[in-house]
Amino acid sequence: MSAAAKKAIEAGHIWSFPGGIHPPERKELSNSSAIAPLALAENYAVPVKQHAGAPAEICVAVGERVLRGQPLTESTTGQGLPIHAPTSGTVTAIGPGRIAHPSGMADVVIRIQADGEDEAVLTEGITDYSQVSRAELLNRIRLAGVAGLGGAGFPTAQKLALQRPIDYLIINGVECEPYISADDRLMREHAASIVDGAEILLHLAGCNKGLVAIEDNKPEAIEAMRKALHEHPHLSLRVVPTKYPSGGEKQLIQLLTGRQVPSRGLPIDIGLIMHNVGTAYAVSRAIRNGEALTERVVTVTGEAVRQPGNYWVRIGTPVAHVLQQAGFTSSGDQQRIIMGGPMMGFTLPDVDVPVVKISNCLLVPSTAELAPAQQEMPCIRCGACADVCPAQLLPQQLQWLAKAKDHDALEQQNLFDCIECGACAYVCPSEIPLVHYYRKAKAEIRNIAREKAKAEIARERFEARNERLEREKEERLERHRKAAEARKKAQAEQVKSGGDNPNDAVQAAIARAKARKAAQQKAAAEQQSSNEDKS
Amino acid sequence: MTFKLAASPHSHQRRTTQQVMRWVYLALIPGLLTLIYFFGWGVIWQLGLAITTAWVAEAICMALRGRPIGFAWRDHTALVTAILLAISIPGLAPWWLIVIGTAFSIVIVKHVYGGVGQNIFNPAMAGYVVLLISFPVQMTSWPLPAPLSQFDLSFIDSAVLIFTGYTPNGFDLEQLRMGADGMTMATPLDSLRTALNHQLTMGEALQQPIFGSLAGIGWQWINLAFLLGGLVLLKVRVISWHIPTGMLLGLAIPAAIAWLFSPDQSVSPVMQLFSGATMLGAFFIATDPVTAATSNRGRLYFGLLIGFLVFVIRTWGGYPDAVAFAVLLANMTVPVIDKYTQPVAYGHGERS
Repeated sequence: MSAAAKKAIEAGHIWSFPGGIHPPERKELSNSSAIAPLALAENYAVPVKQHAGAPAEICVAVGERVLRGQPLTESTTGQGLPIHAPTSGTVTAIGPGRIAHPSGMADVVIRIQADGEDEAVLTEGITDYSQVSRAELLNRIRLAGVAGLGGAGFPTAQKLALQRPIDYLIINGVECEPYISADDRLMREHAASIVDGAEILLHLAGCNKGLVAIEDNKPEAIEAMRKALHEHPHLSLRVVPTKYPSGGEKQLIQLLTGRQVPSRGLPIDIGLIMHNVGTAYAVSRAIRNGEALTERVVTVTGEAVRQPGNYWVRIGTPVAHVLQQAGFTSSGDQQRIIMGGPMMGFTLPDVDVPVVKISNCLLVPSTAELAPAQQEMPCIRCGACADVCPAQLLPQQLQWLAKAKDHDALEQQNLFDCIECGACAYVCPSEIPLVHYYRKAKAEIRNIAREKAKAEIARERFEARNERLEREKEERLERHRKAAEARKKAQAEQVKSGGDNPNDAVQAAIARAKARKAAQQKAAAEQQSSNEDKS
Repeated sequence: MTFKLAASPHSHQRRTTQQVMRWVYLALIPGLLTLIYFFGWGVIWQLGLAITTAWVAEAICMALRGRPIGFAWRDHTALVTAILLAISIPGLAPWWLIVIGTAFSIVIVKHVYGGVGQNIFNPAMAGYVVLLISFPVQMTSWPLPAPLSQFDLSFIDSAVLIFTGYTPNGFDLEQLRMGADGMTMATPLDSLRTALNHQLTMGEALQQPIFGSLAGIGWQWINLAFLLGGLVLLKVRVISWHIPTGMLLGLAIPAAIAWLFSPDQSVSPVMQLFSGATMLGAFFIATDPVTAATSNRGRLYFGLLIGFLVFVIRTWGGYPDAVAFAVLLANMTVPVIDKYTQPVAYGHGERS
C-alpha cells in the first residue's frame, strides 16, 4: 500500500462503492431491548461441522455425561475446529440430523439431553497475553472453537495463522442487512470486550492499525464503541453511510481503503484482514476467560413473533425452542422461517434444525411485511439490476446466459465475482429470482469442473495402467529372451569344455530308436519266413 | 410442521414492470395534450385504434404461442408501443395506416422475435419505418398546427375523416392542409429541407409562417411538453440520464459545429432540438430498455450514436425526420456496444 493511500486511510476518508440499495431497515423491531438470555432447552443438537473446512473427530460416546464447554470433537492434526457441549447433560445420540443449510441437508449431529444443572467445565484465562507465545494464543482460540461469526464461519485462528504482512485489521460492525441487530446490541452492551478482542487480534495479526467500521444507522453502538476506543490509539472508528451491502467484506474494504480485493483473491493479498465484532468478542472471551464458544447473540424478529429482540442462544438450540420462547405464531401456509436476514438468509423447511455458530438471525415475517415472491415476468432489460450491483456485473446478461447454460460466457462475464447479495433481485421489476439462477449456474459449473477433473484422473489412471501392462509385457519378453540366450551360452560353454553336448543325447536317442525299429522289422521278416516254411 | 421454502432475497422493492410502463404513459400526457391542442382530436382516434389493434394482436399472438393472454396484457408493454406509434404518425391519417403499423409492431417486431424482452428492434419505430416506406404520402401529411389552420375539426369530424377520407362537409385531408394562401404546408423540418435544397439561405427559409420563436409553430411546444414528461421519468428514475443526454448531445454538437461554420446553410442546434420527434425520441423511444445498450456507459454511446445519426439523416438523407431510422440503426449496433462497454467487475480493475 502506498504512503499516499495510507495517509488518506489514516485521515479517516470514506470511499464509496458502486450500486447498493436502501431496503426498509426494520431494525427498530428488535434493537430496543437488551440481549436476553434464552431459557435452557431440554434437548440440543450440535452439528459436528459448523465452520468452513473439515470437521474434527468425535471424542464423546453415547451415554456419556458432558459439561458445558466440554469439547465434543477434537482434532489430532491441528486442523479442524472443535465443537463444545452447550450445557451439561447426557449424550443421547450421535448420527445424522437436519442442519441449518439452504438445501436442508443432513449431517452428523451430537444430541444432548440437558440435565438442567448447566454445569460448566473449569476454565482458566490469561491476564497478560503478551507473555504467551503466539502459537499458544492461536491454539487457545482454535480450541475454543472460534469461527467467523459474521457469516462465512472461517476458523479464526486459521485466518490469523497466515503469516503475511498486514497493513490494517478491520473490525466489521456494519451489520447492513435489514432486521438484524445482533452486532448492534453486542456493541452497545459489550464494547469493552469487543475492543479487547480487537487488541488481541491486532497483536496476533502483527499489525498496529485497526479500523472499526459501523453503519451510521446505529448511533448508540457508535457512541458505546467510541467510548470504549478512547484509550486505544491503534484502533480507530469509521462510520460508514447506511447502504446495503456495505457490510460485505469486499464492499467494506472498498469503503475504508478505496481498494478492491482481487478477483478470486483474499483481503490478505492486499494487506488486509477482517473480523466481525462478534468474533472479536468471542476471541476476548476465549483468551481472557478460557471460555469455549457455546453461545451467540441471535436476533429473533419479524411480525410473527410476539417478543422480537436479541437473545443469547446456546449453539445447538433447536430453532423451535427459540421461536417458542419468543412467542411465535405461524401466519399460515405462506409462513417462512428465515435463518439470516431478508436479503441473504435462507428458508428452513422445519424448525428442528439447530442454531449454529453462524446463525445471526431468525426472521419470521408476516406475509404483509415481506410478501411472497410473485410470478416471474420476462426481463425487459431495464438495467435496474446493473445499477445496483456492487460487484459491477451485468445481472441481466448473466440471467440470459444462465438460462441458456452458456457456461463459458458466464465465466467471461465474471459470474464467480457475484457475492449473491440479492440487490439485483430486490429491484427487478419483473421479479426474476436472479440470485437463484446464479447459484444454480455456479453449482452447475462447479459440478462440470468436478466431473471433468474426475474424468481427467480416470483417463490418467487408464493410460498409466495401459502403459504399465505394455511395459510389463516387454519386460517379460526381454526376460525370456535373456534366459534363452543364457541357456544357449551355457550349452556352448559346456560343449567347449568337453562335456556332454545335450544334442548328442538326442542323436543317440534317435539312433537307438532307429536300431530298435530295424530290429523289429528284422524279427518280423524272420517270423514270416518261418511261417512260410511251416506251410 | 413444514414451512414455505423460497430463494433469497425475501425482500422485494414494489416496483413492477407494469408500474414502470404506467409511469411511461403518465409522462406522455403533457406531450399528448399539446399534440391534441395543435393537431386536433384525430390523435385520440389514432390512439384508440392503435391500442385496440395492439391488444388484439397481442392476444392472438399469445394464443398462437400457447401462452396465457392476461399475462402479456398485464405488463403494459404493448400499450406503450401502441401509444408511441399513434403519436408518431399524422393525426388525421386514414385508419388502416395505424392498424397496419401497430399490427406489424406487435406481431412481427415483438412476437416473432420471442415476445417481451426478446425483440432486437424498437417495435414502435420499426412499425413507423414500415409505414413511412410503404405509405410515404399518408405518413408525411401532417395537418397544419392549430394557429395556422383555417379549419377546426370536431371530435366526430376527425373520426369521419379518418374512417372515410372526407369530413362531413366534404373536405379531404389535402384541402384541410392548405394554409390561408391556398398552399399546403409541410412540417417545419420538411420546409427547411426544401428551402435549403432550393438554395435559399436559412434566414430566408425561416420567413415562412410555420416557424415560431424557437422552432416550428406547434412543434416547439410539443417538444417542450415531451421534454417535461421526460424530466419526470428521470426524476422518478424510470429512465437514467444516459440515453437522453447522449442523444441530445449527439444531435446538438454536430449541429452546432455545422451552424457555426455556415449558419446560412445549416439548421440551428435549437431548431434541431425542438423540431420533429427529437424530444419524444430522446426520452421515450430511444430509452426503450429492451432494445438499448445495457451498461450506463454503453447507453451513453447508444444515445450519442442515435443523435449523430439523426443529424446525418436530417442533413443529408432523403427523409425530413430521422429519429425512427436512427433508432433502428442504433438498435443493430447494441451487441457491439455491449461487448465493448462491459463495466470492469469488482476485483478486476487496477484498484485491486
